Amino acid sequence: MQIIILSFAGIFLLRLFYLQVIDTKYDVLAKNNAIKELDIYPTRGLVYDRKGELIVYNESIYDLMVVPRQAKKVDTVKLCELLSITKEEFLKKSADMKKQRGYSSYKPNAFIKQLSLKDYSRLQEFMHLFPGFYGQVRSVRKYPQRVAATILGDIGEVSERQIDSSYGYYKPGDYVGKSGIEKVYEKELGGKRGKKLVFVDVHNKEVGSFSNGEYDTVAVAGDNVIATLDIALQNYGEQLMQNKKGSVVAIEPSTGEIIAMVSSPGYDPNLLTGAVRGKNFNALLKDSLLPLYVRPTLATYPPGSAFKPLVALIALQEGVQTTNYFVNCGGGYTVGGVTVRCSHHHPSAGNIQYALAQSCNPYFCQTYRNILEDRKFTKTSESFANWKNHCNSFGLGVKTGIDMPSEASGNIPSVKYFNKIYGENRWKFATVISLSIGQGEVLTTPLQLANLFACIANKGYWITPHVVRKITDPVTGKDVTHPYERHQTFIDIKHFDPVIEGLHQVLEAGTARGSRVEGISICGKTGTAQNPHGDNHSMFAAFAPKENPKIAIAVIVENGGYGGAFAAPIATLMIEKYLNDTIQSSRVALETKMKEANLLNKYGISVNRSAQLQMEDE
Amino acid sequence: MARQDSITGKIDWLTVILYTLLVMIGWLVIYSASSGGDDKSIFDTSINSGKQFQWMVASALIAFIILIVEARFYVTLSYVFYVLLLLFVLSVLVIGVKVKGQQNWIRFGSFQMQPSELAKFGAALAISKYLAGLNVDIRKWHYKWRAFAIIGLPMVIIAVQGDAGSAIVFAAFSLVLFRDGLESYYLIIGASAVVLALMSLIIYKYYIIVGLAVIILLIIYFSWRNKKLVLLSVGVFILASVYVLGVDFAFSKLKPHQQDRINVLLGKKVSEKAEWNMKQSVIAIGSGGILGKGYLNGTQTKLKFVPEQSTDFIFSSIGEEFGFVGSLFIISVFLALLFRVLYLAERQRSKFSRIYGYCVASILFFHFLVNIGMAIGVAPVIGIPLPFISYGGSSLLAFTLLLFVFIRLDTQRYETMR
Repeated sequence: MQIIILSFAGIFLLRLFYLQVIDTKYDVLAKNNAIKELDIYPTRGLVYDRKGELIVYNESIYDLMVVPRQAKKVDTVKLCELLSITKEEFLKKSADMKKQRGYSSYKPNAFIKQLSLKDYSRLQEFMHLFPGFYGQVRSVRKYPQRVAATILGDIGEVSERQIDSSYGYYKPGDYVGKSGIEKVYEKELGGKRGKKLVFVDVHNKEVGSFSNGEYDTVAVAGDNVIATLDIALQNYGEQLMQNKKGSVVAIEPSTGEIIAMVSSPGYDPNLLTGAVRGKNFNALLKDSLLPLYVRPTLATYPPGSAFKPLVALIALQEGVQTTNYFVNCGGGYTVGGVTVRCSHHHPSAGNIQYALAQSCNPYFCQTYRNILEDRKFTKTSESFANWKNHCNSFGLGVKTGIDMPSEASGNIPSVKYFNKIYGENRWKFATVISLSIGQGEVLTTPLQLANLFACIANKGYWITPHVVRKITDPVTGKDVTHPYERHQTFIDIKHFDPVIEGLHQVLEAGTARGSRVEGISICGKTGTAQNPHGDNHSMFAAFAPKENPKIAIAVIVENGGYGGAFAAPIATLMIEKYLNDTIQSSRVALETKMKEANLLNKYGISVNRSAQLQMEDE
Repeated sequence: MARQDSITGKIDWLTVILYTLLVMIGWLVIYSASSGGDDKSIFDTSINSGKQFQWMVASALIAFIILIVEARFYVTLSYVFYVLLLLFVLSVLVIGVKVKGQQNWIRFGSFQMQPSELAKFGAALAISKYLAGLNVDIRKWHYKWRAFAIIGLPMVIIAVQGDAGSAIVFAAFSLVLFRDGLESYYLIIGASAVVLALMSLIIYKYYIIVGLAVIILLIIYFSWRNKKLVLLSVGVFILASVYVLGVDFAFSKLKPHQQDRINVLLGKKVSEKAEWNMKQSVIAIGSGGILGKGYLNGTQTKLKFVPEQSTDFIFSSIGEEFGFVGSLFIISVFLALLFRVLYLAERQRSKFSRIYGYCVASILFFHFLVNIGMAIGVAPVIGIPLPFISYGGSSLLAFTLLLFVFIRLDTQRYETMR
């Protein structure tokens, strides 16, 4: 037995002698002291607009990484000089780095993040003086058009919670989409990280791949995203909305594609990239005008008169009145001691078209009364539930399902809600009369309002609104599109014609005739959302052309007064720009007036609020 | 009794010193392999070295208890230990927990135990007791199959539980049987069975059968007059062919990770993971050079290139950080311990103690052989620990138990025990 033991031990020692002493293949490692595992970051996908214009691309920056165990005899004086930091700052950065999650002196850690190419190339020359340090290429996003910040979104460092739930994929310091398209399409845009094992020499220079790259994995570049935005129209919309709070949402009715979505005040998306992101983000967060707030999908307003076409459609569908129904407008409508006034003097309406054109309040109070007091139903609560059902089918009071990180569902009040306030069967039409004219508990987002008009333009259906048309693999060129859901309302197609005609009359001879555009038949509706905190909000929703609609739009200018004052001009300018690409000379003065209109004093702001934001030097 | 008073004088302190040396080295290497560059203390129980320290204290306590108990106690209760430990191993089927896909752990509060480690101790006691019996002659079939059964029973149970590595260790007992007179043709048959099995996995099975047929036909051609030899040859041929086909079939029934490990060793590349483990271990050891990179300076093991670097692949940490000289030292200490145990075994007056000593030496040797063999790339990746050095409470306790019972027996080496 001793012989067996000795002979095996002999074999082991010979093998060890061969491995450790004779074979120098492994010796390379021993002397140079490291295989380094490099992360290969994939290029993040690009974003194009609907016309193929590049709207988001990448620019290289560098993270200065350090493997502390290898960082010996580093010329710190020179390093500080090149980075233009003081010794104290240097020491503070080292201390901060050690506090980072996942810190290990054997692994690469980010020492300074996001050096520009200029700064890094200055450093690179002297890299041999700093063993243990190396540059890791990363990329930052650039937005050449400087618009659509809240829709495109931004990228930032991955949160701890995301790291924990990623099953080891994300590492501290990785970048992921934080808002907008960047967030929703993170999986597609982000690509897949690769890994490379390399030998490095004593000067920390890569001297070759480990094991011929056998264990390397390639990075898979992110997919490109084709957005539905028309970036030129988006830009125009942001110009029209400057110095005003509010939203513009434009949808292509036949597809549900968002052509433009303005959230005002906006900001230059380039502010939230690179090393200045943190500082600028805090400044934007503190801004009292809430530029980070995505108004088109999150802000809710009473739709006001823009709600009336829906009331008309429901009345026609339920058969409670005909198109030629007459309501006497004596300047007001009184029921149960409540009087709803009409906004202006006009002859009484003998049909729905004229009532819409004049936005007659008494007419729609009576119409809504007819809906709620419909004899088909035994109780108000039943007819009310039916009405709510109709509203929901138009995407009101429910989420539209848009591909944005968050969305408000607005509000269409329920039977339960009124039962709770007044008690069961103890409320009736007179109690909820304000709903007739889109006031009271009804709340819609600008997106829902635009979608309502897209649905009217489609005569009864709407497609889930979306901001991304398709995803393209940059290598194979293959496209991925997924169909968006078609939502059908309960309104028969024949009832749309009189309502659409009425909406057309709004611009031809009604409340928005000042915004009529020669050569384009626009159908729209003004609205004035009551605002208890100040001037009313100016609203306008429309679609055009009347035959074969190409665009549906909703505009809300907070504290802008009557719908015809700001919202209708801005909406029709957007429509004209989109359909004709130019603004006719007779309307240039209006265009200038809208661009120059400044409502900031209404919000109590007079300073140039953007002064505190810093751009990276270029 | 007067003898009891001077027990410290009878203890073989050399064995105890070698044991302590290995455990201490193991502890230091575990610290190096598990600290990962965080400035944690070796006693920090959030890392392996801290936990190992707790097990070391427990082992020392158990060693002390073993030494103060009368040696006859172990001899008399051999079978009781054996049966109890078998039941313990069986219990994992009911109350066991799965760790790394193998249901062979039992949890007591925050501690986990692997009963299969302790089963070796029980088998060693039982086989020693059985073979030490009066008139027991291993050459007789009547005794032979009982001896095989004592070893085979725990082996089968453990194998069924999915821990093939721990089951294979029981093959070490065959060395004990040879020392006690098992005929050498078992060794020949066993060795040729292993060779044939390996060949049938490397070469296409029908080529082997054709090759065997050619050899047999040649034998028959040259000695056709010798009827007995011809018949024997044909019989061997049929058995060998069936065996080759059987191995091939059995191999296809193994679990994928076990197939991979064998295939990697045989040079048939299959699993990247199995290959990676061994390759990384070899690189780590190879990069150690003559003197090694120095304690706590191993990059391969630190960067977690070597998996299981504080348990099954702990030798790669030693090879990397202490180089050839360090590896030589560890192997020498192991050899010294094995030779010392064998020397002690031979000086026992009691047959029981001698056989038990051989069991201890065989088990330690088998672990040493397979563990270091796989770390340096000459044995398949079988997950068994390096005795006294690898991280793991169950194995440290089990080996301590195994060794110190023998040390205790040795203190009463002039007595006859059975």
